[in-house]
Amino acid sequence: MINVNLMITVGIAELRVARFPTNLFVIGLGSCIGVCLYDRVTQTGGIAHVMLPALINARGNVNRAKFGDTAVEALLEELLKAGAVGSGIVAKIAGGAHMFHLADDRNSMKLGERNAASVKLALKKCNIPLVAEDTGGQHGRTIILDTATGCVLIKTINYGEKII
Amino acid sequence: MDFKSLTQARLDALKEIVNIGVGNAVTALSQLIDDKIMMTVPVIDVLPFGELSEASGGGDAYVAGVYLRIAGAISGDILFIMPVQEAKKLASLMLKQQSDDPALSEMECSAVKETGSILTGSFLNALSELTSLSFSYSVPYFCTDIFEAILGSILYNLGAVGDCALFIKTELYHKTEKLVGNFFFLPQANSLDLMFESIGVKN
Repeated sequence: MINVNLMITVGIAELRVARFPTNLFVIGLGSCIGVCLYDRVTQTGGIAHVMLPALINARGNVNRAKFGDTAVEALLEELLKAGAVGSGIVAKIAGGAHMFHLADDRNSMKLGERNAASVKLALKKCNIPLVAEDTGGQHGRTIILDTATGCVLIKTINYGEKII
Repeated sequence: MDFKSLTQARLDALKEIVNIGVGNAVTALSQLIDDKIMMTVPVIDVLPFGELSEASGGGDAYVAGVYLRIAGAISGDILFIMPVQEAKKLASLMLKQQSDDPALSEMECSAVKETGSILTGSFLNALSELTSLSFSYSVPYFCTDIFEAILGSILYNLGAVGDCALFIKTELYHKTEKLVGNFFFLPQANSLDLMFESIGVKN
């Protein structure tokens, strides 16, 4: 049973770290990706709410949590600062859906996919194993990272619930 | 320029455009359903992404969204959001029939999509007239899902350049029934400058 009283919400383009018994929560991931990093030894977890694939496409912006290619590294740093053991950290990702059917725009059509790809690449660069994912589709996802177990509960409106 | 650096004079000008635009939209809607619809003065605000969901009644709300892309002298995105329950009421007004099913039927989705398109279209027409700038907008795209999921998927366009969006909250009344709809107008940064120059509010 996940403790819903102690929960930190991670907003769009934010990243947060928490330790058991505090859990992390992201409401409604559409094309965004929720990158969950977790260290079982210290029961420390973190989520980055990634909006865009790469920092390169942006001008004069330094919010690393917003971009797939920078968020993983930034989240890892925060997790280590919070006392997590680097060698035990694993990743789970959710989101990257395709919400609107935009016939006239090829870029936005694949935004979810591109976000997922950029996050996966960043995880590889940081040597963090991706142990589970629930990405793609055409529906939003609300996720909760349970810092007791590292399980991620995924809720949707018409597509049920699952735990990865 | 960014939304954050908007001067009071520019914000006031923007409010005026919004007022006229939403006023036009409500007139159009009244004509369509052939009954009186009233509105409150829209609340407009410039908000960071993180606060948008709270301002519009909770990020986990199940909502219907109508989305249009704007291209031309002004470019950007516009999103009209309504809780699904409210969208049901709106659909029953349009279709002049009630349904007990909590989900939106295909017909109801279509009615909400059209209404969203009329509302956003009227706003954009007012904007075009007031600024003498010409731009076109896409056909409406529709989906129902968690609010944050829809918003987050639209914000990417602006996400690359800033962290704030223009938020417009409108309350429509039909008899005693209240319908709340939220607009998110997300012009590209350079479009905002052009808009103000055209209506003569330099700073």
